[in-house]
Amino acid sequence: MAKDNNYFGRWNRRDMLKALGGIPILGGVWYSGASLAGSAQREKQFLLETLNIKASPPPATGPMSGKPLRIGIIGFGIRGEQLCRAMGFATTGWLKKMNEALQNNPKDTRLADFEAQENLNIKLAAICDVFDERAENALASFNAGDNKIKRFRTHTEMFNSGEVDAVVIATPDHWHAPMSIEALNAGIHVYVEKPMTHNIGETFALRDAVKNNPKAIFAVGHQHRQTQSFLTAQDIIKKNILGHVSLIQTNTNRNDDNGAWQYEISPAASPKTIDWDLFLGNAPKEPFNLEHFFRWRKWWAYGSGLSGDLMTHDYDRVNCVLNMGIPRSVTASGGIYTHRDGRNVPDVIHINMEFPDFSTGGSQEAGKEKGMTFVYSATLGNQFDRGTVLMGHDGTMELGNRITVYADPRSTKYADLIKEQRIEAGVPIYQYDPAVSGTDAVTSATAKYFANKGLLWTYRDGKRVDSTFLHLREWLSCIRNGGTPSCSIKEGFEEAITAHMGGLSYKLGRRIDWDPVAEKIIAKPGEDLDAVLLSNT
Amino acid sequence: MNSPNLTAIQRNALVILRVLIGWHFLYEGIIKAYNPSWTAKGYLLSASILKPFFTWIAGESFISTIDMLNIAGLIAVGISLVAGIKVRWGCIAGAILLLLYYLAHPPFSGLPQGPSEGSYWIVNKNLIEMAALFVIYQFPLTSVFGLEILFSKNKVTTPKI
Repeated sequence: MAKDNNYFGRWNRRDMLKALGGIPILGGVWYSGASLAGSAQREKQFLLETLNIKASPPPATGPMSGKPLRIGIIGFGIRGEQLCRAMGFATTGWLKKMNEALQNNPKDTRLADFEAQENLNIKLAAICDVFDERAENALASFNAGDNKIKRFRTHTEMFNSGEVDAVVIATPDHWHAPMSIEALNAGIHVYVEKPMTHNIGETFALRDAVKNNPKAIFAVGHQHRQTQSFLTAQDIIKKNILGHVSLIQTNTNRNDDNGAWQYEISPAASPKTIDWDLFLGNAPKEPFNLEHFFRWRKWWAYGSGLSGDLMTHDYDRVNCVLNMGIPRSVTASGGIYTHRDGRNVPDVIHINMEFPDFSTGGSQEAGKEKGMTFVYSATLGNQFDRGTVLMGHDGTMELGNRITVYADPRSTKYADLIKEQRIEAGVPIYQYDPAVSGTDAVTSATAKYFANKGLLWTYRDGKRVDSTFLHLREWLSCIRNGGTPSCSIKEGFEEAITAHMGGLSYKLGRRIDWDPVAEKIIAKPGEDLDAVLLSNT
Repeated sequence: MNSPNLTAIQRNALVILRVLIGWHFLYEGIIKAYNPSWTAKGYLLSASILKPFFTWIAGESFISTIDMLNIAGLIAVGISLVAGIKVRWGCIAGAILLLLYYLAHPPFSGLPQGPSEGSYWIVNKNLIEMAALFVIYQFPLTSVFGLEILFSKNKVTTPKI
C-alpha cells in the first residue's frame, strides 16, 4: 500500500478515486445519451425511408413577361376587393386602414406583404358593379399612374368593348355561369369564383362553352389548389401509406355574423345607387331589398347555401388529392337552427357523399376493400375546429397546411412495426410542414404540442404567401405561357355537380343519385331539379 | 473554501446533489447534441412573458447560435458539476440557463402552461434546481470529490470519515 502511495506521488489511491470518480460517470451518461439519441435518429430515418414520401411544393408557374394583360373585374364586393388586392390593386380605403393598423401595431405585416407581392404585369382596365358606391371606389382607387380603369354598366358592354383580355367574376352565384359563358364566347379568359355554377343546366352549358372556346383560359377560384402540402398529400395516397381510405371528414365551423353572411349594409345603398334589375338577372322578380342585395348568400335565388358556398372548398381540396370525382349518391340533412333571420339556406348541414367503387389502394386480400364515404359537416353556430381527416385501414392523415400521418393500431401494413414497437399509437409516423424545408417523423409529445399550435414553423420565413395570389398567377401564367389551370372545367364541373346534389338532397329530403354513364343527376318522372334547386323554399 | 465545518454525511450529501444535477445537465445536452433536428425555436416562440426578447433570439439570424450555446452550456455545466472542475462557474452558468427556461414559461397563474408531468404554481423544477445550484455554489466541495484535487498545489489530506 505504501508503495502504491509513493507511485502516485503526492496522492494516494483514495485521493485518485475521489479526483477521478466523476470521469466514469461522465462517460456513462455521455455514452447512454448518445446511443439513445442515435437509435432514435436511426428509427426516424428508417421510418422516413420506409414511407418514402416525396415532400414537394407545387411547381412554380411561368413568367409574367410580355404585354400587360387588360383585366376586367365584375363584382367589387368583399371578394372582388380581395381578388384585386391579390392582383396588386388595393383600394385607397384599404391602404389607409392598413397604414393605421401598422401605426397601432408595428408587427402587422399585411401592408408589407401586399407591397412585397410580385408585380403580375396587368392593367385593371374595366369594372362592372351594379352598386355605384363600389364601382366608384374602384374608379377612385385604380385610376392612378399608368393604370386607366373604366366603368361599364353591364358585363356585355365590357365584353364587347374590346378593352379587356380577361375577366375576373366575383358576383353572386346566379351570375357566375351566364357571365362566364358570355365572356368565353367572346374569346375572353375567365376566372370565376366558386361555386362554378348555380344550377345543373348551367354546369353543362358552361362546360360546352369552355370546350367550344379552347383559346380562352378558364379557371375556377379554388385557391386551395395552391396549398403547398397538397402534392405531398397526393404522394402519400399514391404510396398507399394510409391503405384503403373508407371515410373522409371535413367541416366548416363558424360562429360570427360575418361567417353567417350577415354582411354590413351600406347607408349609401338605395334604388338610385343600385341597378336592382341587373342584380336580379335570371333570379325571380323581387321588389328592391337591401337584405337580398348585401346578404345574398342567405337565399337560394342568388346563392347556394353551405353546400355550394362552403362545401365546395372542402370537396375540391379533397378532390385535388384523391381525384375521386362526382359521388355516386349524396344524402344531406340540416336546418336553420342558429340564424332564424328570414334566410332560406340552412346554417347547419351534414352531407354524406358515397363513392362505392372508389379505392385509394389496400393492404388486405384483393376484393376486401372498396368504397368510401366523404362526410362534410358544417355549422354556423360553433367554431370548434374539427379538422380534415382521411381515415384509412392502415393510417390516418390530418390534412391542412401541415400534414400529419398516424399509423392505425390495427393496421395490416404496419402490424409488424407496431409489434416491434417501432411505431407507437398516437405518435405521428410522418409530419410535413411546407414552412420548413425538412420533414419529420416520430416527434415527442412536446414537439407535437408546439407543432399543433403552429408555433414551431409558422414564422420560419417570416413571410406569408397569399394562396389567392398564387391561384390568380397560375391562371395568368396559363394565359401567357400556355397550360391548363389546376382548377379548370373538369374540376369545376365535378365541384358544381356535387354541390348541386348536396343542395337537392337537403331540399328534397332524399338520396340523390348520379348516373356516371349518362352523366346526369337522376330525377323522378316529371321532376325539374333545377327548379327545385333555385326555388326559395 | 472546500473544507467547511461539515460532517462527512453532510459533505457526501452535497457532493451527491452536485453530481446528480450535473448528470441531469449533461444528459439533456447530449440528447440535444446528438439530435440534428432539435431546436429551441418552438420553446422560445411559445414564451408567455418577455415574448419580444424570446421571439427575437428565436429569429433566423440567432436561433442556430442559441441552439449551439444551449447545448454547449448544458454539457459544460454537466462536466463541471460531475467532474468537479470550476464548479462555481458551472453553478453560475447553470443558473443562468435555468433562469432563461424559467422566464420563457414561468408557472404563473393565468399564463398558458406547456405540456408538463406535474402541477406548478410559481415554483417549478427549474426554480428548485436553480436553488440547488445556489447551495452547490456555497459548497462546491471539489476537494472532497472532483478533478480539482489533482490541480491543488498542496497535497490534499483525506478527510477523516
